[in-house]
Amino acid sequence: MLVTLCVNGEDSTTDVLPRTTLVDFLRHSLGMTGTHVGCEHGVCGACTVIVDGDAVRSCLMLAVQANGAEIMTIEGLADASANLSPLQEAFHRHHALQCGFCTPGVLMTAHALLRQEPNASKERIREVISGNLCRCTGYMPIVDAIFEARSSYQPASPATRARGR
Amino acid sequence: MKLPKFDYVEPTTALEAVTLLSQSRGLAKVIAGGQSLIPTMALRLAQPALLIDLRHLESLRGIAVDEAGLRLGAMTRWREIQDSAEVLDTHPLLVEAVRHIAHYQIRNRGTVGGSLAHADPAAELPCIAVTCGASIRVLGILGEREILADEFFLGPLATALGDDEIILEVRFPRWPSSRQWGFQEFSRRQGDFALAGVAIFYDTDNSGRLENAHVGVFGVGQCATRLSGVESALNGRTNTISVAAEVARLAAAEVTPSDDLHASARYRRALVAVLLERAMALARGERA
Repeated sequence: MLVTLCVNGEDSTTDVLPRTTLVDFLRHSLGMTGTHVGCEHGVCGACTVIVDGDAVRSCLMLAVQANGAEIMTIEGLADASANLSPLQEAFHRHHALQCGFCTPGVLMTAHALLRQEPNASKERIREVISGNLCRCTGYMPIVDAIFEARSSYQPASPATRARGR
Repeated sequence: MKLPKFDYVEPTTALEAVTLLSQSRGLAKVIAGGQSLIPTMALRLAQPALLIDLRHLESLRGIAVDEAGLRLGAMTRWREIQDSAEVLDTHPLLVEAVRHIAHYQIRNRGTVGGSLAHADPAAELPCIAVTCGASIRVLGILGEREILADEFFLGPLATALGDDEIILEVRFPRWPSSRQWGFQEFSRRQGDFALAGVAIFYDTDNSGRLENAHVGVFGVGQCATRLSGVESALNGRTNTISVAAEVARLAAAEVTPSDDLHASARYRRALVAVLLERAMALARGERA
């Protein structure tokens, strides 16, 4: 089936089998391997991407179900000259990653959350990030980094205006 | 694991969907949010030859509140319930239960109809539907019918839905604003399926005595169920700490859990007692 979608601002049309999950489509058809495949049954959160503004598990969505959707992956978080986004910088500062396998999913979850709830409390951040398994860093630095990044998601913040997404 | 092979269609009307379903002779599955079906397929517990995606059926979307109560279209996502101030006003118990469903990302895709049709014994919505006396409107090749939640769930992953039927919407009776309620569930990790859960609500007469008590449990049997013994013991009493302790013991005796990989039957009985006591405290107004 032909699937047309917009990933990180670029449109593409690709022929895929219905059985192809969105994450396999991103990795194999589009060659965007930043999104990781973990459990492949919706438990670990490593494959989280943003579809039409909402964080979703891309192993639990078929590529054909994303036909017509606007998708943002980890590749779309830094700007064109590879400058880290304020959220990524906060992760760097707080040492909120170690092996990095879960990190793309954690970042996309946090990015979707802060875009929709720029004033999320620490309790809310913890609840939301419970859907992403991290087995090495521990969640404290992750929660601290997301909490600190809130300032760059405020409606008036220059980062939000410049990025516009 | 990668998904097994299947064909995929996107009907644009509900009638087209049930026609396709009927023609498939049981080999097709309907997909809504896919948050239960896709893992089931990944683990090869289901291998449908055809997936019928309901995503273009606008008539299955939407939340409506009227004199009769609350109506949720089958394709309503958890997220939409959580974002709706209207639902919070008209059905606070439902909103509290939805807060406990899975994780953030799953609530962005998972749907009301999907949860009802999947009928996991540890899922929240089937329990709320049974506890509140909701009814489920379905469409088949021969037309529409309405099924009481109580008669809809037949066992683990088994419902009264016919082979050619899809869920259109679920209807909850009107919820008086003075109603007292409590919801509690326990899972080992945030977002996991509950080992046990309890939903209660009741109205009170002028002297504070309980009437119309509804007590539902999930995760502790073949499907979500009301505890009629506990409900009769509550009607006509007041919700005090000692009454709560008394009905908690009754509840532990009334449920029929079995031992499984995740918990023993004995542990689940004890959980039901504790969760009911806590839900009674919440209904009294002791909110944390």
